[in-house]
Amino acid sequence: MTELLLRAVFTDNLALAYFLGMCTFLAVSRHLETAFGLGLAMIVVETITVPINNLLFTRLLGPGALSWLGLGEVDLSFLMLIASIGVIAATVQILEMILDRHFPRLYVALGIYLPLITVNCAILGASLFMTERRYTFDESVVYGFGSGLGWALAIWALAALRERIDESHVPTGLRGLGLAFILTGFMSMGFAVFGGLKFG
Amino acid sequence: MPSPAPHTHAVIPIAVASDSPGRTLTVALLVALVCSVVVSVTAVLLKPRQDANRLLARAASMMGMTAVLGSGVPQARFVDLASGAYVERDPGSSQPLPADRDRAGLGRREDVAAVFELRDGGRLRLLILPVRGSGYQSTLKGYLALEPDLNTVAALSFYEHGETPGLGARVEDDAWRALWPGRQLADADGVFRLEVVKGAAKGVHEVDGISGATRTSSGVNRLLHFWLGPDGYGPYLARLRAENPR
Amino acid sequence: MNDRLRTLVDPIVVANPVTLQVLGICSALAVTTSLTTALVMSGALIVVLTLSNGIISLIRKQVPSSIRLIVQITIIASLVIVVDQLLQAYLFEISQRLSVFVSLIVTNCIVLGRAEGFAMKNPPGASLLDGIGNGLGYAVILIAIGTIRELLGAGTLLGVAILPLASEGGWFTPLGLMSLPPSAFFLLGGLVWAVRSVLPEQAEPMRDANDAGPPR
Repeated sequence: MTELLLRAVFTDNLALAYFLGMCTFLAVSRHLETAFGLGLAMIVVETITVPINNLLFTRLLGPGALSWLGLGEVDLSFLMLIASIGVIAATVQILEMILDRHFPRLYVALGIYLPLITVNCAILGASLFMTERRYTFDESVVYGFGSGLGWALAIWALAALRERIDESHVPTGLRGLGLAFILTGFMSMGFAVFGGLKFG
Repeated sequence: MPSPAPHTHAVIPIAVASDSPGRTLTVALLVALVCSVVVSVTAVLLKPRQDANRLLARAASMMGMTAVLGSGVPQARFVDLASGAYVERDPGSSQPLPADRDRAGLGRREDVAAVFELRDGGRLRLLILPVRGSGYQSTLKGYLALEPDLNTVAALSFYEHGETPGLGARVEDDAWRALWPGRQLADADGVFRLEVVKGAAKGVHEVDGISGATRTSSGVNRLLHFWLGPDGYGPYLARLRAENPR
Repeated sequence: MNDRLRTLVDPIVVANPVTLQVLGICSALAVTTSLTTALVMSGALIVVLTLSNGIISLIRKQVPSSIRLIVQITIIASLVIVVDQLLQAYLFEISQRLSVFVSLIVTNCIVLGRAEGFAMKNPPGASLLDGIGNGLGYAVILIAIGTIRELLGAGTLLGVAILPLASEGGWFTPLGLMSLPPSAFFLLGGLVWAVRSVLPEQAEPMRDANDAGPPR
């Protein structure tokens, strides 16, 4: 499990190794405050949705999943995509409502990012990878948390860098987006280093 | 369902229908219905073709084994993995693997596997075992062919994977495949030793690694270790050895 | 007609969804290790984008505002599933290499962005053109990066050997970095830099101290 966690956070980092969630990653990483909120929201939503989607897959849609109903030959895995999105959209909506009503201060910190997350490739990507790699429920929890944390770390790091760099004199064409890509490239190389670690 | 708080949705000037609950429900149901029908029909219609593709890919990989098969035609046998005994049919059932035994990252393992034996008279000439396991970013699926001593590799070929082209995908390169025949699984004490190493191999228990594809290489190691161990074909191989003491 | 032409052509360079609007990058980087996958991915996106724009535009006046986002997503997801199934049936090997990225077209910001930003407000004809235009803009970027990465990373293009590999007696030693994720970031950064140097109106202004910057 530790290996799975470390892999999810570092070597299999959704943003830096698999390029997921780039749109929001680059758009929101200009300011550390907003990046912080988005990162937190990511961790929460990932940790909730990946295990739920796992249950959906193993109990309902995957090959042989419906054997408890006596329908063991039915394979509904082609519906996994839209079902995952449904779960994610519902989770985000519910989370938003709960935060708004009961935790207003938390809502201010995270809540406005939740709609952005609904269509974030990284959230959906994590569920899809979980399905493809056939994780168990426990592994899904760890993987959900780890992948969310990894993505958050990446955006926090980039935001910290960009806040500094935006105040420097950068060549016109390179300003903003261009430099952000190159910085992310270096970060990606940095995180890939963890692939050389042997665990246990 | 309460309408979302105004500050969460931008106000966009578009011509929309009224938000009456009846209309909302109708539109929602209609969209859901049409989409489900389209998606399900497509999936059902295309399934036979997709299955054929998978079988074809697998067959293509078996063809890669023609060199070692020679003119023989292998016979498919069903084997119960837990006991290693032959069984008549494959019930299609599988068990989840606890994490500490799941070296190859499979999640679940089938109870019965199909193996391919090439026999001459009654004697085993070649054994072909389907193997699979997680690589860097996909599941590697392939066949391991063993010589009659059940310790020497005749061939290893992968027919399905989604590894990075130019890196992990080089498991399919002829040059890398050519490194496997003659390698030995275990040493004289029966300890499993075969390993894809980083860099150049020394000795019959090592195979050259693919540079830049450490994770894929270790995936290959883990899947070999799993399938040749007690949770894979171990019991079956033990029975075969007992059958032909040499 | 001029208007129509602009809808089609603008997104290719002047308003490129990837380099200017920062959309749809996720998949743009992951599938560009070879030109073949880049082409197939571009094709898949163009099909999904055009059809979804068209369909959503057709029903735009019937959809109540409260469910419009989920209706859009449902339609897009259904199109993506169909495309994915078709790929698995007719281009099996390539679909294996694309793995989850075809499914991720659902969350591709370009598709949703154009659905909400254009198709919901414009007639079907224009929406179709917009879909094709933006799809082509995306394709241009993918093809550019895919070509460079495959050529320099493996010496091949579309699987055909172009530069003779040193390991097979030639002079070209592949740049291993090109097969790894960071190269895509560097190339895209370089591409953005090039485009913005030639078309400075696309460049971002110097940030001043009062800029709190709303999230996009």
